[in-house]
This record gives sequence, structure tokens and C-alpha cells, in this order.
Amino acid sequence: MSTIEVVAASRWFGDVVALNDVSMRIAPGVTGLLGPNGAGKSTLIAMMAGFLAPSSGSVVLDGAPVWRREEVYRQIGVVPETEAAYDVVTGWTFVLAMARLQRLPDPAAAARRALELVEMSDAADREIGTYSKGMKQRVKMASALVHDPAVLLLDEPFNGMDPRQRLHLMRLLTEMGEAGRTVLFSSHILEEVEEIAGTIEVVVAGRHAASGDFRQIRRLMTERPHQFTVTSSDDRALAAAVVADGVASAVELGEVLHVQAADHGRFVHVLPVLARQHGIRLFEVAPADESLESVFAYLVGRPGGAR
Amino acid sequence: MNPTIGMLTVRVLLGRRRAWLLAALPAVLLVLTVILRFTVDESGRSDAAPHILGVLGLATVIPLLGLIAGTGAIGGEIDDGSIIYLLAKPVNRHSIVVTKLAVAAALVSALGALPVLVAGWILVGGQDNLALGYALGALVAGITYCAGFLLLAVVTRNAVVIGLIYALVWETAIGSIVPGAQTLSIQQWSMALTRIVVGDSADALDVTAAVRPQVALPLLLVVVVGSTAYAGHRLRSLRVTSAE
Repeated sequence: MSTIEVVAASRWFGDVVALNDVSMRIAPGVTGLLGPNGAGKSTLIAMMAGFLAPSSGSVVLDGAPVWRREEVYRQIGVVPETEAAYDVVTGWTFVLAMARLQRLPDPAAAARRALELVEMSDAADREIGTYSKGMKQRVKMASALVHDPAVLLLDEPFNGMDPRQRLHLMRLLTEMGEAGRTVLFSSHILEEVEEIAGTIEVVVAGRHAASGDFRQIRRLMTERPHQFTVTSSDDRALAAAVVADGVASAVELGEVLHVQAADHGRFVHVLPVLARQHGIRLFEVAPADESLESVFAYLVGRPGGAR
Repeated sequence: MNPTIGMLTVRVLLGRRRAWLLAALPAVLLVLTVILRFTVDESGRSDAAPHILGVLGLATVIPLLGLIAGTGAIGGEIDDGSIIYLLAKPVNRHSIVVTKLAVAAALVSALGALPVLVAGWILVGGQDNLALGYALGALVAGITYCAGFLLLAVVTRNAVVIGLIYALVWETAIGSIVPGAQTLSIQQWSMALTRIVVGDSADALDVTAAVRPQVALPLLLVVVVGSTAYAGHRLRSLRVTSAE
């Protein structure tokens, strides 16, 4: 059983702050690292994997720092996001080489077992360059599992996988978590994360935005006010009507009308009624913020949200 | 030295037709010498040997091979990110660099120094140890170029461009105009060793070096050992992340 602890870690590249004062504790079980693209997930994983020094703060594995300590890789398995993985050799040669570099007593047996675990035994004799994205992902997974590590760090492991491969990997990660391993994977897709992660850590714009099980995170995300953009024949009159009705918690009149409604269901019901009453023609009503990015932005923006 | 890393490096260096491209360089040298062998008389070949072996071999084929092998032994893996698979292992970073240098140096020896030896033998046989002298120079230069260019590949993504500028512009072009530049030239340091092997007839045969062997040898050692040690050190804190 191993635990990774990130303590007040920040990382900047020149003037760009990639991670801002992040503290979290990754315990045994499956943890999902959720956040939009560019939030700093990869930077955080690279720091946990010892590939990047925190500019301030620290990252420790079972009490010992991971930066510049080659021995930690006996405990850590890393599945990087990068797709390249020695394309000119076969899957078998690659995984066997990884087993040898771990100085395992029986590297061939370990390589065979790891390839079986990811269901890549049949394609093991083909060059990695000929693999599909999903197959590459699985061979990378085998290379990270070959030494049976206590900690497994995966950067966007579901990218490029078809539904069947995705299910298989989800099952594999769940099993590893149940076996007491510390599994951390990153994703920008909430559904992916809540499916298998016991704990979810949300990172937005380099900051640790939220932490909890999927119910808590889901609630944070759905109980937020909804944003709509509306264009109509008379935005000003419509804005007045919406405010008078009280269905909107905030209205902003610009080139288009932005409405914030606490009750999503009532707003979509009342809006056409109001428009007809005032003789206003609705041209377009669009939910403005259903993208995950805006959900995250809300999480960071809410009072006490960012820690 | 790590045999597994060595195997992977060989596969990366020679994979995908790269081996044939690399073999083209010594092939040009050998084809030219064979043509000379059958078209020029013995004294003419003796006069031509320092130019063929020196200019084409030691000053062109060797630095180009050293550049391709030295940067290719690690640069490709750093560029595409696959170096992460070596770094995520309990393996000493210096042993990664030393292994990769050994593979690159072996390649330059086989495709550079050995062809220079054969070319010299075809041209002049055993005369004045010319073949042996240039082969030794090529061997030492090859190892030194590999070490320097390998470090370059660890330090910068523009290793090939900088290496080309050094080998072609600094050593060859500037070196032939500004004599002082030759004192900082791997090619000239190696020629100092060639002169030792060729011996007394070096001056008569126009085998020249800009520095004396007492200076050249330490400089060569400093570059090989220093570059390798520093490359290992830099590899320990190589920034591997796609998040930038």
C-alpha cells in the first residue's frame, strides 16, 4: 500500500503558472484526476511520476520525495500520454525490454503476464508502429504493469480507445484498485471518471478546485445556475420581462441577451410564454455553458471553491 | 552499460531504412577510392591519399556520421517523448548516456573508421602507415563527435542544426580561413594523432594538424568525458512532460 502526497506544490514555466499551490493525497484505490484540457493535469502527473520538479512545495511517495530518485520506479508504473513507444520493435520486444530494465528475476514471464493482462498476447509479435491507438495504449499499459507496481499513474489513458477497449481498461483499473494499488488516472470527461474512480480530484486552471466522491462532484456540477444566450426581436423588452417574472437570477444585455436561471426546467417553460405575452419573437435560445470547461470555471469561481 | 538500452538504441538508430542512408556515406568514399585505384598511378594516389582520407573521410564522412549517430542515439527519443520509458526505470542516468554513446561510437567506427582504413589500404597499401593513421584519427574523431553531439541532443532540440553548423561552418569553412579556429576543432585534434602514426613523413605527405598531440589528446579526453558526464547529469533533470 502506497500513498502519494502533494504538498503545496506549484510549478511555473517561465511566466506561465501551470500549477498553483496544489495539495492532495492519493491513497490506495482508484482516483480520477478531472479537469479541462490545459488545466495542469499532465504537469501534476509528471510531478508525481518524478519527471518534473515542483517549483515550490513537494511531492512525496510514502514519505520520501520522488524527484531525482530512480529507485521510486520500482514502485511506480507510468503510462504517459505520448503516443510514441519504440515503433520499430515488436510489442513483445518492448515489454520484455521494460521488464529487463526493472531487473526482474524472470523478465520473460513478467512480460508474458503483463501482455496477457491487457489482452495483447496475440498481437505481441507485430511492430508497435503497426498498432492502432488503442492497441498502443494497451502495450504502454503492459509496460507500466510489468513489474507489478504499487502505484500506477496514467495520463489520459482512455484517449483513442474504442468502447470495448475502454470497458476492458476500466475493469482492469478497478481490479487493481480493489487489490490495494494506488491508481491515478487523468481525464477531461466526467462520465469516464465517475464510472470507476472512488475519489475524484478536480483541477482547473492549475488550481485544485474540488475533491470528493463522484456524488459530491456531480452535485457541485449540477446544482449550479444555468446560463442561456437568447436572441430575439426585442432583447431589452424580453430582459425586462424575464427579470420581472423572477425566473432569472441574473440578466446581462449585450449584443445578445445572457440569462442566468437557477431553475433550468422552469426557465425553458416560462421563456416562450413571456415572449408571446409581450409580442416578442424568439430567434435563438441556447444553453451557453454546457461545455465541461464552463462547469469547471463555475467550480473555481464559486465562493470557497478553490483552495 | 546496459544491454537492453543498447539493443533498443540499435533498433532505433538502424530502423526503417536509416541503416542504408548511413551506409551511403562510406560507400561514396569507397567507390571513389576504387575508381582512383584503377585510373591513377601509384605516386598520384600517394599524393591524393591525404586529401581523400582527410577531406572526404575525416572532415566529411566522420562528422556527418557522428552527427547522425550521436544525436540519433537519444535525440529522437527525447523529441517524441519515448525516452520516458527509459527514465521511468530504476536505471542510473549516466549508464543510459554511456550505453547510447557506446552504440553510436560503434556505429561510427564500423561505418566510418573502418571504411577509412579500407580506403587507405586500397589507395596506398601500407605506405607510411597512412591508412592506419587516418583510421585512428577517424576512430578518435568519431567517438569525440558522438559524445559532443549526444550531449547537444540532450541539451537542445536543435542539436542537428547546431551540430551541422559546428562541423561544416566552424571546422571546415571558418577553419580554412581563420587558422585560429582550427585549435578548437575535433578534426584537427584527431589529425594530431594521425600525424603520430604517420611519423616522420607526415610533413612531406602534407598531413597537417593545427595542434600538437600533447594538447590534442587532453582536449579530446576532456570533450568525451566531460560531455558524457554532463549529458548524464542533464538527463537526471530532463523535463519530460507534454503539458507545456
